[in-house]
Amino acid sequence: MSAARTRPVLEARGAGVERGGVPILSGVDLDLHAGELVALVGPNGAGKSTLLGLLAGDFAPTTGQVRLDGQPMADHRPRDLARRRAVLMQHQALAFGFHVRDVVAMGRAPWHRTERAAADRTVIASAMERADVDHLADRLFPTLSGGEQSRASFARVLAQETPIVMLDEPTAALDIRHQEALLQVARAEARCGALVVVVLHDLSLAGAYADRVCLLSDGRLRADGSPTEVLRGPLLSEVYQHPVRVIDHDGTPVVLPVRGGVGCAPSY
Amino acid sequence: MTAVPAAPASRGLAAGRLRAARGPLLLIGLLLALVAALLVSAGTGQLAVPPAEVLGSVLHRLGLDAGPLPSHPQGDATLWSVRFPRVAMAALAGAALATAGAVMQGVFGNPLAEPGVVGVSSGAAVAAGAVIVFDATALGSWTVAAAAFAGGLVTTLLVYLLSRDGGRTEVVTLVLTGIALNAMTSAGLSFLLFLGDQQAREEIVFWTLGSLNGTRWSAVAIVAPLAVVGVAAAVALARPLDLLSLGDRAARHVGVDVERLRLVAIVVVALLTAAAVSFCGIIAFVGLVVPHLVRMVAGPGHRLLIPASALGGALLLVCADLWARTAVQNADLPIGLLTSLVGGPFFFWLIRRSRRTAGGWA
Repeated sequence: MSAARTRPVLEARGAGVERGGVPILSGVDLDLHAGELVALVGPNGAGKSTLLGLLAGDFAPTTGQVRLDGQPMADHRPRDLARRRAVLMQHQALAFGFHVRDVVAMGRAPWHRTERAAADRTVIASAMERADVDHLADRLFPTLSGGEQSRASFARVLAQETPIVMLDEPTAALDIRHQEALLQVARAEARCGALVVVVLHDLSLAGAYADRVCLLSDGRLRADGSPTEVLRGPLLSEVYQHPVRVIDHDGTPVVLPVRGGVGCAPSY
Repeated sequence: MTAVPAAPASRGLAAGRLRAARGPLLLIGLLLALVAALLVSAGTGQLAVPPAEVLGSVLHRLGLDAGPLPSHPQGDATLWSVRFPRVAMAALAGAALATAGAVMQGVFGNPLAEPGVVGVSSGAAVAAGAVIVFDATALGSWTVAAAAFAGGLVTTLLVYLLSRDGGRTEVVTLVLTGIALNAMTSAGLSFLLFLGDQQAREEIVFWTLGSLNGTRWSAVAIVAPLAVVGVAAAVALARPLDLLSLGDRAARHVGVDVERLRLVAIVVVALLTAAAVSFCGIIAFVGLVVPHLVRMVAGPGHRLLIPASALGGALLLVCADLWARTAVQNADLPIGLLTSLVGGPFFFWLIRRSRRTAGGWA
C-alpha cells in the first residue's frame, strides 16, 4: 500500500497502560497512516477501547510513547488536538437537554474564530445528512433512542472535519441499514485521505470495510495486517476461545461462529 | 415535539428562527422587568414615592432634566441614602447568586448544584463570621469580602473533590455532600456564636438569616465590582460550559482544556458567592430556581442561560426584597428566610423530577 511509504500520522512505540498495578495494554507498536481504515478487533477486555483512548490522547501511556505527527501526545494542546482528531465514544452522555442540531454544532467548536467557521452551517447540514439525522435536528438529544443518539454523535464527529477519525464501537446500537451506512461514510472519509480507526465487534463488518485489521488479545497486539491475513479461522478460534469458521464471499472474509447446543443449568 | 419525517422544511426553518429570536426577546423582557421592579421597589416604604418620581430623581442625578422630582421634602434624601443602596444590593446579590448557580450546574453537569444547597454559601459565611468575631481588619473594609471569598473557594473545591467521581457527579452524592458540608459549616457558625460577644452574635445571626436591611453605599461599592467581574467571567465561560455537557472526555475531544475550565469556573463560583454572602448573608435557592426557569424557557445553552440568569436573579431578589419589606407591617423579614421558604419546595420538586428522568438515583 502506498500509505506505508509516507510518514505515519499516529504511532505507538512499546505503549502500555496499567491501572491499579494491572496491565491493561502492553508493548503495542503501531504505525497508522493517512488514508487507512483500521479496525481494532478482539474479545471483551482485550484493550481495544484503552488503545483507542491512548491514540486519542485521553491519557498518557504508563510505558512507551504515543506520537501524533511525530510529536509526543502531551505536546499538543487540547484545541490543536481537536483540530487533528475527532472521537466517537462508546457511550453518549449529555448533561442538559440540547437539541440535536446544537449537539452536532458542538463539533465545530475547534474551528471557532477561524476562517473555517464561515462554513459552519453547510458543514453541520451535510454532517447531519451523512449520518442520517437531519430529520431529528429539532428533537432533544436525551429523548432519542440509543442508536439515534449514536448517529447524532457521529454527525458531531463528522462536523469536526478532522484528518483523524476515531470511532469506538460505532455500530453497536445501530440497525443493519445504519451499520452499513455509517461504515460506508467512514470508508469514504478514508478514501479522501483521513485516517479512520474503528473499534468493531462484528468481524464480518471489519472484513468488509477495513483496509487493515489489528487483533488484540489480553492487552497485546496479536496480529496486524489485511483482513484476509488476520481474519483466519484458527487464529480467531484461539483468540476468542470459541470455534470460528471463515468463509470467502467474493473476496471478503465472512466470520461465522460454530454453533452448538448448550445444556440446561443442572438445577432446573 | 414528535418526529414527523415528512414535515415541510419551511416549518423547521420557522421554528429555528423563532428559537433564535427568543433569546434577545427574553433578555430585553427581563431587563425591562428589572428596571420596573427597581423603580417600584425603591419607591415603596414608609415614605412612598411614585415610580415616575423615582425615575425623575435618578435622571436628575445623571444630569438629565427630565421627569418629576420627588414631591415629598425628604423624598430625594430617603431614596439616595436608604432605598437605592438597598435595591442595588438586592439586584447585585441576586445576579451574583443566580449566575453562580448556572456556572456550578454547568461544571457539575447536574441541575441540582447551587451555592446554598451544597454548602458554599455557609462556607463563605463561616469565614466571614470568623473575621467579625476575631475583629480582623487586615484588608480594611474588604476584609469580610476577602474572607468570604476564601471560605467559598475552599468549600467549592471540597464539594467538587468529594462529590465528583469518574467525570460525573451523581445527584445523591452531591446532595449528601451538601448535607455533610452544611452540617460542618453550621457547627462552625455555632462555635463562632459561642465565642463571640453580644454584638458579634447579632451580626452572625443576621447573616444566617440573610438580610438586606441597612445596606450602605460603601457595601455596594465592594459588592458591585465583584459581581460585575464574576458575571463577565461567567459569560466568557459560556461556550466551553456548553461543550462540557458532553462529559469530560468528549469535551476534551472537541478542544476544551477541561482541567483549566474547572479551576476557573470554581474560582468564579466562589467569587460570585462571596459577592452575595459577604454583606447579605446566606440567601439560598436563588441559584437553583432562576437558571432552571430560564432553561425551561430558553433551553440549556449557556450563552443565553448565563446573562438571562443574571438578569432573572436580580429581578427575583429585588421582588423578594420588596415582599420582605412589605409583607408584615413595620417589619423587615429576613430575605433568606423567604427564598428558602419558596425555594425549598421547588428543590424538592426538582429532586423528584430528576430522579424520574434519570431513571432512579443514577
